[in-house]
Amino acid sequence: MAGAAGPGTGPGAAGGDGDDSLYPIAVLIDELRNEDVQLRLNSIKKLSTIALALGVERTRTELLPFLTDTIYDEDEVLLALAEQLGNFTGLVGGPDFAHCLLPPLESLATVEETVVRDKAVESLRQISQEHTPIALEAHFVPLVKRLASGDWFTSRTSACGLFSVCYPRASNAVKAEIRQHFRSLCSDDTPMVRRAAASKLGEFAKVLELDSVKSEIVPLFTNLASDEQDSVRLLAVEACVSIAQLLSQEDLEALVMPTLRQAAEDKSWRVRYMVADKFSELQKAVGPKITLNDLIPAFQNLLKDCEAEVRAAAAHKVKELCENLPPEGRETIIMNQILPFIKELVSDTNQHVKSALASVIMGLSTILGKENTIEHLLPLFLAQLKDECPEVRLNIISNLDCVNEVIGIRQLSQSLLPAIVELAEDAKWRVRLAIIEYMPLLAGQLGVQFFDEKLNSLCMAWLVDHVYAIREAATNNLMKLVKKFGTEWAQNTIVPKVLVMASDPNYLHRMTTLFCINALSEACGQEITTKQMLPIVLKMAGDQVANVRFNVAKSLQKIGPILDTDALQEEVKPVLQKLGQDEDVDVKYFAQEALSAVAQRLRKLDSPAKDGEEPSAPGADKNHFLRPGGPGEDTGKFVPLMSRHTESERLGWFLRRQ
Amino acid sequence: MSNSGVSLADIISTVEFNYSGDLLATGDKGGRVVIFQREQENKSRPHSRGEYNVYSTFQSHEPEFDYLKSLEIEEKINKIRWLPQQNAAHFLLSTNDKTIKLWKISERDKRAEGYNLKDEDGRLRDPFRITALRVPKLKPMDLMVEASPRRIFANAHTYHINSISVNSDHETYLSADDLRINLWHLEITDRSFNIVDIKPVNMEELTEVITAAEFHPHQCNVFVYSSSKGTVRLCDMRSSALCDRHSKFFEEPEDPSSRSFFSEIISSISDVKFSHSGRYMMTRDYLSVKVWDLNMESRPVETHQVHEYLRSKLCSLYENDCIFDKFECCWSGSDSAIMTGSYNNFFRMFDRNTRRDVTLEASRENSKPRASLKPRKVCTGGKRKKDEISVDSLDFNKKILHTAWHPAENIIAVAATNNLYIFQDKVN
Repeated sequence: MAGAAGPGTGPGAAGGDGDDSLYPIAVLIDELRNEDVQLRLNSIKKLSTIALALGVERTRTELLPFLTDTIYDEDEVLLALAEQLGNFTGLVGGPDFAHCLLPPLESLATVEETVVRDKAVESLRQISQEHTPIALEAHFVPLVKRLASGDWFTSRTSACGLFSVCYPRASNAVKAEIRQHFRSLCSDDTPMVRRAAASKLGEFAKVLELDSVKSEIVPLFTNLASDEQDSVRLLAVEACVSIAQLLSQEDLEALVMPTLRQAAEDKSWRVRYMVADKFSELQKAVGPKITLNDLIPAFQNLLKDCEAEVRAAAAHKVKELCENLPPEGRETIIMNQILPFIKELVSDTNQHVKSALASVIMGLSTILGKENTIEHLLPLFLAQLKDECPEVRLNIISNLDCVNEVIGIRQLSQSLLPAIVELAEDAKWRVRLAIIEYMPLLAGQLGVQFFDEKLNSLCMAWLVDHVYAIREAATNNLMKLVKKFGTEWAQNTIVPKVLVMASDPNYLHRMTTLFCINALSEACGQEITTKQMLPIVLKMAGDQVANVRFNVAKSLQKIGPILDTDALQEEVKPVLQKLGQDEDVDVKYFAQEALSAVAQRLRKLDSPAKDGEEPSAPGADKNHFLRPGGPGEDTGKFVPLMSRHTESERLGWFLRRQ
Repeated sequence: MSNSGVSLADIISTVEFNYSGDLLATGDKGGRVVIFQREQENKSRPHSRGEYNVYSTFQSHEPEFDYLKSLEIEEKINKIRWLPQQNAAHFLLSTNDKTIKLWKISERDKRAEGYNLKDEDGRLRDPFRITALRVPKLKPMDLMVEASPRRIFANAHTYHINSISVNSDHETYLSADDLRINLWHLEITDRSFNIVDIKPVNMEELTEVITAAEFHPHQCNVFVYSSSKGTVRLCDMRSSALCDRHSKFFEEPEDPSSRSFFSEIISSISDVKFSHSGRYMMTRDYLSVKVWDLNMESRPVETHQVHEYLRSKLCSLYENDCIFDKFECCWSGSDSAIMTGSYNNFFRMFDRNTRRDVTLEASRENSKPRASLKPRKVCTGGKRKKDEISVDSLDFNKKILHTAWHPAENIIAVAATNNLYIFQDKVN
């Protein structure tokens, strides 16, 4: 583009026509220093455009020096800059010049903001691959050394992430130096650096020769795992996973296991928590034999740890642990060595522990099979269904499908029902919301008869809940149920009850009828919509509350696509026209919106052959477009009031002591 | 207040050296933070070494109003704590009653010059006459010190924050209010963990409040908090996630003979500080300062009387509310001496090895630049000697609550109402 205007309109050209293709670039460059962060950010994000216009030479000699010294900026600008520079090699003249990118990234790797530093390191790692082996030793390795021996710990932490990318490609002499630098960072004075080194230990070990792993990495690992700061020790657990994968069983037993055993019994609960949290990875890394000899006993201890956080983390891993055991003998191990401890946890004093267990315990049934499940697990499920803490019951209910496959849900239904009813009436609306969301699943598993007998009334009760979010969820729930059980069921059990609410004295309940109709009409189909729902909607057009009236208009627009021409022409249109003359502005507005949608629909029905491609797309699109924003369905004028209500409950939920 | 001429906003409310001692930060009731920097050796001004000059001043907190509780939130800076230096910039935490802020103080000495669309005088260029692109160039400029807010840690304290303390792991810190202690990650502002909660279910059963809290200087899992009942609890975060149960409890048995109506009030601990070595801690109550060995919970290893002559005056000190003053205390860099404040602009220093103590005065009249401070004496009954001051003529409005000691050298900073005094050991 620059070329086209270039030669002809050079400096001496008459009329002084500048190169107008330069103007946008000039703006971008100037905006690198704009006061508005957003503009600066935009410019940085288009840095490649600027560099392209400047050419490789000027990018190297002018742009990069400027960027190197511009590290005063906001974090988001620096983050974008660090990211851009990772893909800049082509713009500075290819791999031969990749080292020109090191200075700006080096300064970015020393800023205090972790995200920026991490991004700079990521880009440096990317660029290291583009260096030739010679350039790597001439430019990249010195940079790593500089960072590793920097005065500030930000630079030393950044160095930790760079060793593993330059090590494999360095000469033997340099390799020794790199290992030396890594070693000294592992015993740095500041815990920040030791943590960074510990977290990169596994990664570094992977690129080292096996001998060096044994002679150098293992001692470092042992040291870090017994660091005076528990924040360092807990990271060594993670490194353990990577190192274990590199060693043979004998070496593992001799070099790593003593440290791991020690970590599982560490004085600090945070370290034990980490062991519990990484248990599945550890299990896979050490293999079945050591798992049986060492990890299972360690796991038992973690399950009865004195700190609830640790027990909860271990409880979370119960299912994965059992799944990953070797198939032969698995059942015996679980039955004899794991299950007794799980039984204890079911009556733990801490609700988070019980809740963690409840979220995975059902998964054991597939591993243990039908008989064991009925004999041993079922009593636990039943006990948890009666737990005082709603989260525990909820977690059991949300995983019912696992048990259903093994023993069928009927075994549980006796205890299930009281649990569901209690959750459905819980004082916390979020608990009620959570159980509503499992209703379609439960309905599918329990069958239509059971549902009608026991659960249907609950679903209807939620429609008149005093929290809007619950009413909204209840409406969606009905739609999903109809999809599951079919229109006939809907016609007999749901629709009549919904329609009765249309004459409720509370206008919020009357509106719920409309919301239900919006949700159900499509699933119920044209006949039910036209014959049963439409008359009610039309009748409600005369409601005395404006909110109800404009929701009538919106409902009519919503169900319009399902109705036939006659109904639209004869019934819907006159009512909308009347609403269009309403005294309330909002009613008028929504009526007119609906009218135009209906008119469009009618036009299309008149000439159906033309665009069979998109049957109701324009109508539906517009419909969607018209609905005033917000995540949920709006309740019209009273939105602020409703949301304040839900807000205050939400605050109570969050302010709970962690 | 009878401090006529002193604006309330100017009263210094906290003083703190950074880890190297080259910077000294003060906070005041007006929500401002002033940072002083120590001058480096300079040949042309041989005496300037050691002088602290203003480096940066910024407004850290503004007055606010909590509409939910109809409460005014003062802008007064309750505490400042420096972070260990991590790059060329300096960072500190400052807090008022409710909100903690992380500030970055950085220097800038270069400025970019040259625009494409403007010429040097700022006149716009004709956009159609741009024939070449100009990349801005960096030119040196006068040093500029910027303070920018990096993080705001808010909405975690129902009661007034009295302490903040940075952990030796360099990534967490604690904040304590009257009833709770929260643990924060320095990079996460939207959540903190409550580690201590002494709020009784029924607030009528409330018998004590947390008065101060501090992390151990080296052991990242240990912190202490002091209470209004004169006790200190040491907690180990390794043993459990919630530290409601302490692992050590420091309390000196009360002497029944000295019991009075004021016993409980004057035994309340106003400050607790670990020694740099981490072996000892020091607590300040109304009349004394005590040094405890962490290995002995039953009694302090040293007790120093700060102003014992006030014991007979407690009644009037109660009436003018002075008895509730919160005096802070600090260790010398080598832990061999301690310092704490008193009234009448007096402050006290105790040498732990020689068991000698001295009373000094921070006032404009009595301290000329580069002149030694004269020890002061308060007459404690009997005949008043020359140079002594009688208890009755002490000015209780001139109180020294906040002092700080340079981490390596014998340089001290003393806040006397709206004045900051910096004293230095005499060189040669």
